[in-house]
Order: sequence, then C-alpha cells, then structure tokens
Amino acid sequence: MTTTAPYRPRPRAGRDGFAHLLHAEWTKFRTVRGWVTTMVIAALVTVLLGLLAAAGSHASCSEGPVEVACPAVPVGPGGEAVEDQFYFAHRSLTGNGDITARLTSMTGIITYPPPDHDKIVPGLVPWAKAGVIVKDGTRQGSAYAAMMVTGSHGVRMQHNFTEDTAGRPGGVSAASPRWLRLTRSGDTLTGYESADGTRWTKVGTAHLAGLPATVQIGLFVASPGDLTVKRADLGGSIEQMRFTQATAVFDNVGLRGDVPGGAWSRDAVGVTGTTDWERYHRPNGVLESGGTFTVTGAGDLAPRMDGQTVERTLTGALTGLILVIVVAVMFVTGEYRRGMIRTTLLAGPRRGRTLAAKALVIGAVTFVAALAATTVTVTAGKRILRSNGNYILPVSPLTELRVVVGVAALFGVAAVLALALGAVFRRGVAAIVTAVVVIVVPSILATVSVLPEGAARWLLRLTPAAGFAIQQSVPEYPQVTGHYVPQAGYYPLAPWAGLAVLCAYAALALVLAVVLLRRRDA
Amino acid sequence: MQATIDVNGLRKRFGPTVALDGMSFSVKPGQVTGFVGPNGAGKSTTMRVILGLDAVEEGSALIGGRPYRSLRHPLRHVGALLDAAALQPSRSARNHLLWLAHSQGLTAGRVDEVIEQAGLRQAARRKAGGFSLGMRQRLGIAAALLGDPPVIILDEPFNGLDPDGIVWMRELLAELAGQGRAVLVSSHLMSELQDVAGHVVVVGRGRVIADTGVAELLATVSGDRVTLRTTARQEAARVLEHAGAVVTAGADGRDALTVSGLTAEGVVTLLSRNTVPFSEVAAHRATLEEAYMELTRDAVEFRAAAGREAAR
Repeated sequence: MTTTAPYRPRPRAGRDGFAHLLHAEWTKFRTVRGWVTTMVIAALVTVLLGLLAAAGSHASCSEGPVEVACPAVPVGPGGEAVEDQFYFAHRSLTGNGDITARLTSMTGIITYPPPDHDKIVPGLVPWAKAGVIVKDGTRQGSAYAAMMVTGSHGVRMQHNFTEDTAGRPGGVSAASPRWLRLTRSGDTLTGYESADGTRWTKVGTAHLAGLPATVQIGLFVASPGDLTVKRADLGGSIEQMRFTQATAVFDNVGLRGDVPGGAWSRDAVGVTGTTDWERYHRPNGVLESGGTFTVTGAGDLAPRMDGQTVERTLTGALTGLILVIVVAVMFVTGEYRRGMIRTTLLAGPRRGRTLAAKALVIGAVTFVAALAATTVTVTAGKRILRSNGNYILPVSPLTELRVVVGVAALFGVAAVLALALGAVFRRGVAAIVTAVVVIVVPSILATVSVLPEGAARWLLRLTPAAGFAIQQSVPEYPQVTGHYVPQAGYYPLAPWAGLAVLCAYAALALVLAVVLLRRRDA
Repeated sequence: MQATIDVNGLRKRFGPTVALDGMSFSVKPGQVTGFVGPNGAGKSTTMRVILGLDAVEEGSALIGGRPYRSLRHPLRHVGALLDAAALQPSRSARNHLLWLAHSQGLTAGRVDEVIEQAGLRQAARRKAGGFSLGMRQRLGIAAALLGDPPVIILDEPFNGLDPDGIVWMRELLAELAGQGRAVLVSSHLMSELQDVAGHVVVVGRGRVIADTGVAELLATVSGDRVTLRTTARQEAARVLEHAGAVVTAGADGRDALTVSGLTAEGVVTLLSRNTVPFSEVAAHRATLEEAYMELTRDAVEFRAAAGREAAR
C-alpha cells in the first residue's frame, strides 16, 4: 500500500505563473536529447561551413608575373576602406580662408566601353569629379571636404569619402560655366555654387573633426573606373572596371587667407599613372597658363567597395538555419503528434501565454546557440581569410557586433516563426517545408542569381528572407558606381528594416497560431 | 477552494453527431465517483470540457465554482489523467514529471515523491517511450498527483493494468477519496468500480441516465438471491415457499434451485429445521455490473420509445 500525504492547501506561489511556464518549456527542451543535439549541430555546421569557405578563399597581389605583398588600403576618418586617388594642385592654408574657382570645361575619355570594347572614346563617367577641395594633407585617407561638378550628377558637396550632398544638376561648358567656393572656418567647411560668380547658393556644410590649422587647399580632378556588368552563361554576372580619365579647365581661381606665396604644389595622390593611355597619350597633371589651370586626373575619392566582407564568413548560416527550423517545428508538432499538447494545456490553460512561453524559449535557446556560432565564425573566419591574403573591408566594432548579434537574432526570430507555423499546421513535415520555403528558399534564389535582379530584390523585401539584410556590413553608396545586387551581398532593405520584416512575419504567424490554438479543441 | 466538480447542461456536437446532450452532474469530495457508460457515451468529451480543453455550445463545467481556464497553477487544483500515451517518447519519466512540476512552480523533490507513490522508482530515468501501457498509466497517475490536488479526474485508469496494478489503483482511489478529495473516475466497465466507487454517474449518448449512490443503485436492482443444491427439490421448494420465498428451478443443473426473498442463513435454518437434505447454499449478491446492465437496458428501451414518440 502506498502512502499519500493528506491533502492540504499550499500557499500561493510567489513567482509569476509565466516564469513557471518558461521554466517548464526550458525543461521540456533540454530533456529531449535529439533537440539539444540538433541545435548543437546547427551551430557547428554554421561554424564549420563558414570556416571551410574562408579556408578555400585565397587572394594575392602581383606585379607582372611576380607576386608581391598587397599594398596597404587607405582608411578614411570613419574607419572605412577608401579609394583616395586624384590629381591635386594645391597650396597650404593656415587658419581660416576660402578658395573660389570657375569651371569652364570638363571632358574625359573612357577606355574600351561596350558594346564592342574596341575603342577609347571621349566621355565622362557619371561620377567623374572636378572642383575645389580642402584636405588634411596629401596622405591617402585623410579628411577632406570638396565642392565639385560631376560627370552626370550635377554639383555635389562631398566630404570624408562617405558623405554626399547634391547641389544644382547639370554639367559645365564654356557657355554655361560653374563657380565653386569652399570656405574654411575652424573645423567647418561650407560649400557654395554660383552661375555668375556674384549670386552664391550654399550647397552644404561639413564638420571635419580635428582638422589641423594648416591644410592643403586647391583644385582636384578624379575619374573612377567605368563599370560594365555582363550576364554570364550560367545566370551569374561578370563585372569589369575599365580605366577612365577626366580633364577640367579652371579659371578665376582665388585664394583668401594665410596662403604663403610661391608655386602651386602638384601631386598625383595615390595615382600610379601606369596605363598605356597615361604613359603614351595623356599623363595626369596640371597645365597653368595665364591664370587658367587645366587639370587632368584619374581615380576616385569614395568608399572602397572591393574586398571581402565580414559576413562572407557566415555562408554556413543557411544550412544551420534549416536544422534550427526542424527543431523549432518539432518542439511544438511533437506535442500534437503524441497528444501531449493536452498535457501542456492542462498545465497552462491560458493558451496564448503558454504558446508565448514556448516561442520565447525556442527563440532564446536558438539565439544563444547561434550567437556562439556567429561569434566564433566571424572571429576565426576573419583570421583565416586574412591569413589567405584576403582583404576584409574594415567596419566599426559596432557594425561587426550588429552582424554577429543580428544574425543570431535572425536565427532566433526564424525559430519563432517556424514554431508558430508548427502550431498552425500541427504537422511537422508541412510546417518544416513551409518554413524552409518562406525563409531559406527565397534567400537562396535571390543570392545565387538564378532570378533577374529585380525579382531577387523583391523577394528580399517581401519575404521573411528580408531578415538576412542584417548581415550586410558595408552599405550601398549612391555616390559610388557599383553592382549592388543581392548576390554580391547588397540587400534592398536596410539591416534593421530587413530584420523587422522577418519579425513582423514571426509576430503575425504567432498571433495566428494563438488565435487558432484558442479556437480549436485540444 | 472547494473540492467539487459541477457540470451543468453541457451540449456539444461534432458535425452532425451529438456528443453531449445536456450533460449535468456534480462530484462531491470525500468519495470516488464512477463515471460509467459505453464507449462513445461522452465520458471523455465531458472530462475534456471540465478541463478546459474542449469548448461547448451550451452549459458550464466548474471546478470549485471556477472554470478550469481561470485557475492559476491548475495542477495544484486538479490532477487529471486523460491519455497515458500522451508523452514525448524520448523524454524520461522523471523529466516528464519535472517539466510539469516546473510549470506549477513545484520542485524536483515533489517529483521524487510522486514517483515513489506511483511505484516508478526503478523506471524513472528510462525513456517513457519504452513503457508498457500499465507503466504509462502509473506515470499518468504520478502526473495527476503532482500538485497534490483536491480534485482528481481519471479517464479509464484501469486500462492496461495487470491484476496487481488494478488492486493498487483501487487502493489508491479509496485512499485519495479518504483524504477528502473529489475523485472522478471513468470506465466503460462497471465491474472495475465495484467496491471502490461510492457514487456513480451512468451516462449514455451524451446525457446522464442515473446519478446515484452505489448503495441505492444496488437496492433498486432485484434483491439478493440464494442458489441451493439439493436432491430433494420438491420438498425444499415446499418448505421455502411456505416461508414466503419465491423458488424457481436453477439454471445450472437438475438439482439446483434459485431462492429469492430469503437470506442464505434463513434458507439453511429452514431446511435444517425441516430435515431437508442439501449439499450447497450460495448467497448471490447483486453486482454493480448487473445494476448497470439493468439501467442501460431501461435507458435504451426508454430511448427507443421516445424515438418512436418523436417520429410520430
């Protein structure tokens, strides 16, 4: 005969009932070895596939047939990798002052453009730049602010590589010249433009933190490479950058402030001048005659887009995510399969709270496992990529943290979405297939370039796969001509906006699951 | 909280099928209430409604005056065993009880107590998927007792139990009722509840046919009978009929008589006093099963008549 303590009422628990439900769901999760194992495998797969891909990625630099150490990539004041190549005619300015110049002509050449790629033609690329600039010396990557006319984006004021403010549209000609002025006052640079040199319009203001008293002030010309993208046979694309050069004619050049007398300094900042065109036809440089300056240059002042990104180490995430989806779905459909959902609802009859506890537990467990995986993968993956000669575009620690934590959050939210689908369908296979089709498949379709770019972008806006935007570490810059497509790692939505789309889907599915759970007999 | 269950006018359909058709009864503390009826009579559905799992179109089911869904830490108020197979097969018995305990703010210590009580100590760390039905029933009972609840609801707890298990279950039910708990136990076999239930609610086709104490129920069935074996049947019949008994030929042989209206002791006294030889006197008590058969037979006939009435 067994013995039972006589029934006595127990004191009410002090802790909130929801905390108990969370504790119960956590106990449920950790006591099924298959789920714990699969979650660990998901993390390992993410790490191993990522590191494997990093280990297989090699890069080297060569001069002719000789392999050399890759040149150091300049870094801008914001910490990002930059292109800082242009032709610079400059003087020293100490303290406050300004420069004014009239731009009467801007021409250039583009080497071997489509369709036949057989001629060097006259023309300007859209972001060819000519104008006045104040720069913290001629070191590549130093701070600057510039007023310029561009190939086809009108007047702009730009500073420190990433910042860009639009002025009046249109180009220049002898009949329609453009006056540019840049005023320095302490750290503050203000840009103006004018059609006649008397009526000035302010374009923008830049604050260059820590600008020294003495700066270089003068005229500059740059012309970025001409980008063409060809569709490859297997649906991919081939990108080609070809040399271009621009020439600008300035007159009415005026300097005010503490500028020592003497000749203008001339510098080909970062420009090697090694193309045949530069060597045999037209070298970069300045021709000065009677107050007219003809400046020829190539290169660009802009963020550098060429290099590996930290998120490239996370290529194993998709595979890991599929395993996470399986566990998250089984976490709820396993209960339906055995009828155990009734036991769960007996223990927590307020169904919304019970499902919320379940979602929170699977989301948190997944987040922690994924965070461990992404931290290890990014840290070790970067080291491997670098040791293989790859250049990784530097990003701020905060951005890297956003990638590492954000991808872990993406896993967690995707797990919640999968769980909610499991609760809606109540059948494992249907829910797993649906979750994979809405989260993983769009991401694959959009990034392996089987779809036209427009369709790929829409997939990454409208489906839960939008959440993958959280891993994009280098933003898309409108002032840099680039092939910004999903397959190159550029998402149509901003990182947090993309994650928000995924969160919205998860919330929606969870609400639907709660409504159905409340309405249905268990 | 009062240890009671009040079921009032439940109506529910599954498509065209009427599952519950005005089900009403009450369960009081301190006794085992048998919930008896053929398969499909609505027993399990009623229990699910009481436990807030199924919704009804009409009526209410309250535990201690409150609907189940409004209970905080419900397993401390109500312990239930619905389906012993409802387990994650790869989770151990102890871990199954552990998550339930955590959901109610109970500790692992309480889990070990109910494991002991259910006789599962040896099997507690094994995967529940490998359990026999009997073991699963014990695990289900352990889960029901976890919160030390004043109300206990068990759906067919005798299913799959071996004879030892049946004895254990009966003793446990009696003990739980003895502690002042309200115990509702369903079964499709009235005989399982013999000697355990103090009250029975007999149901058929979604409604209550009888809601009565076991003593009263037995009294309503044809009274006790005595089976008598004698070589002097005619003489014995004469003596006993003279004393007011009704004597009929027994069903099992030429020398058997069935006597009603007299106790076994009365028959022995009369026959001995009149020197009528006999070889065996056996008292035959009416069983719950017989009472149940009689009741349901009446119910079926009543329903058939009502059906004809309605069809007219």
